[in-house]
Amino acid sequence: MVNELPKKPATHGRFPAFNPIGRAGASFKPQHLEAIAAEPDSIGFLEVHAENYMGAGGPPHAALTKIREMLPVSLHGVCMSIGGLDPLDKEHLARFAGLVERYEPCLVSEHLAWSTHDDVFYNDLLPLPYTNETLAHVCAHIDQVQEAIGRSMLLENPSTYVLFKESTWKETDFLREVVRRAGCGLLLDVNNVFVSATNHGYSATEYLADFPLEHVGEIHLAGHDEQEDDEGAPLLIDSHDRPVADPVWTLYEMVIARQGPITTLVEWDADIPDWPVLRSEAMAAETILKRQSIAPDAGKRHAIHLS
Amino acid sequence: MQSTSHRGDGAPAAARSYGAAFSAAILDPDQPKPDRITGPRGKAADKRFNVYRNNVTYSLVTALAEIFPAVARLLGEHNFRLVARDFLRAHPPRSRMVIEYGHEFAGFLAKLEPVRHLKYLPDLARLERAWLDAYHAADAAPLAPEEVGTLPPEALAGACFISHPAARIVRSRYAIHALFTANRGGEMPERIDAGEPESVLITRPNLQVKVYKLAPGQFSFIEALMSGRNLQAAAEAAIGNTPSFDLAPAIGLLIESGAFHACMGAERNAGGKQKG
Repeated sequence: MVNELPKKPATHGRFPAFNPIGRAGASFKPQHLEAIAAEPDSIGFLEVHAENYMGAGGPPHAALTKIREMLPVSLHGVCMSIGGLDPLDKEHLARFAGLVERYEPCLVSEHLAWSTHDDVFYNDLLPLPYTNETLAHVCAHIDQVQEAIGRSMLLENPSTYVLFKESTWKETDFLREVVRRAGCGLLLDVNNVFVSATNHGYSATEYLADFPLEHVGEIHLAGHDEQEDDEGAPLLIDSHDRPVADPVWTLYEMVIARQGPITTLVEWDADIPDWPVLRSEAMAAETILKRQSIAPDAGKRHAIHLS
Repeated sequence: MQSTSHRGDGAPAAARSYGAAFSAAILDPDQPKPDRITGPRGKAADKRFNVYRNNVTYSLVTALAEIFPAVARLLGEHNFRLVARDFLRAHPPRSRMVIEYGHEFAGFLAKLEPVRHLKYLPDLARLERAWLDAYHAADAAPLAPEEVGTLPPEALAGACFISHPAARIVRSRYAIHALFTANRGGEMPERIDAGEPESVLITRPNLQVKVYKLAPGQFSFIEALMSGRNLQAAAEAAIGNTPSFDLAPAIGLLIESGAFHACMGAERNAGGKQKG
């Protein structure tokens, strides 16, 4: 596959063409609309789950239109089932492409996961084995999405609780090969890295050392819950219901120090706090982005990366 | 379940795809976890697989609780979650849009033995599902009063109305309007006579969903208009089953509620009058 897709969104001038580079953003929740509208400059951008805006009209579209007039918006799909063996749902893909066209998002992303099998939708990000067969399916699905939206998308690394006996690829190698074949970018979820590394007993630092950071167009940070696995060892759950954990901040700072500033989002999807709490998490990410962009050798690293 | 994948659910477990293997077990706690999954270095994965089971069930049961808050309140959270879980196992979502989920919930409740004594519950569920349909319906301008006003008097009887995309009606032999209002943040009256028949009109002329209790005959009147019959035929239908039907307030409601998007006079505008 040859990647000739534009990296940047096409704009129709319906909305301002903001650029959130070097800024941090937060998940958009409708209950925060008023607080954000009162002070839109206090956040770099907002991210929405595409499926929440797939109704025909009504308050969700009115709110998103208002937000988009003030800020850049990142469109994050949750239900495309890119990691499934079934063909993509054409209607769902058309609705997704319709949102890209309508809201001119600054970033478009989906997950390395599946959620639909034989027409039943499970509303969760389910894991897939990493094999030559799934690699071919994932690449074909990404191709189809990028064709439909007319630009490249970012694919997010998953948080997982189980492994597949038949997997033959390391996750980082699998992602690197997807990028090479499909010409997409990556969304690096640092919390997912920490959750999966803990759950599967490998080093998050080594995973990140293997990760193709040069293809990362966005970073996600979020909070997780801690439970126990079958043997009583910690099993982390990607819950998005609390502040980002300290070890995740440490890994994040490491990534930014290595790669320079990358547009970063703090996700919060359950037990949603008042806007100032969520915004302060995003501000903490922005502080790290700014610190690394003015560090004496950060510019040099970035220059090396660009050349 | 009709199998559309190239390796269906009927295949022997070892040849099943990971999608089929997960699907066979994820909503059925009596099934073992798929053979092909494991923890790291051969560790067990039963509790690990249960995380996915819990996520799927919790997220969809929570979605149902958000779609049917009045039903949930009347059943109590614990009972509602048990009922919703059984519903989910019988009717898993077929659409990737959770906002579309639960259209079969009213029918499921009607056949559910433990709640059979709550005869109003299925209609209340129907009303709550219609409320969410209205919330997400396409945007359209409501009929402006002037539009009806500009029709010549002789055209009024033959006038037809085009429904607003958000408009829905629900008829019930039970007090679904009172139950809906009291259990969705409205005032809780001292007593609700659940056996009082109530029919409801749901509209969303702008951004706010509105729920109207219909006076006797108004359901038939609006139902007839929504099915494309003209004003005179709709009024006759209403009088036919409710001799006391009062036309003037019904026309007032038709205009004020935003249930309609446009109107057209009889012969004069046979081609119809559409708004942009």
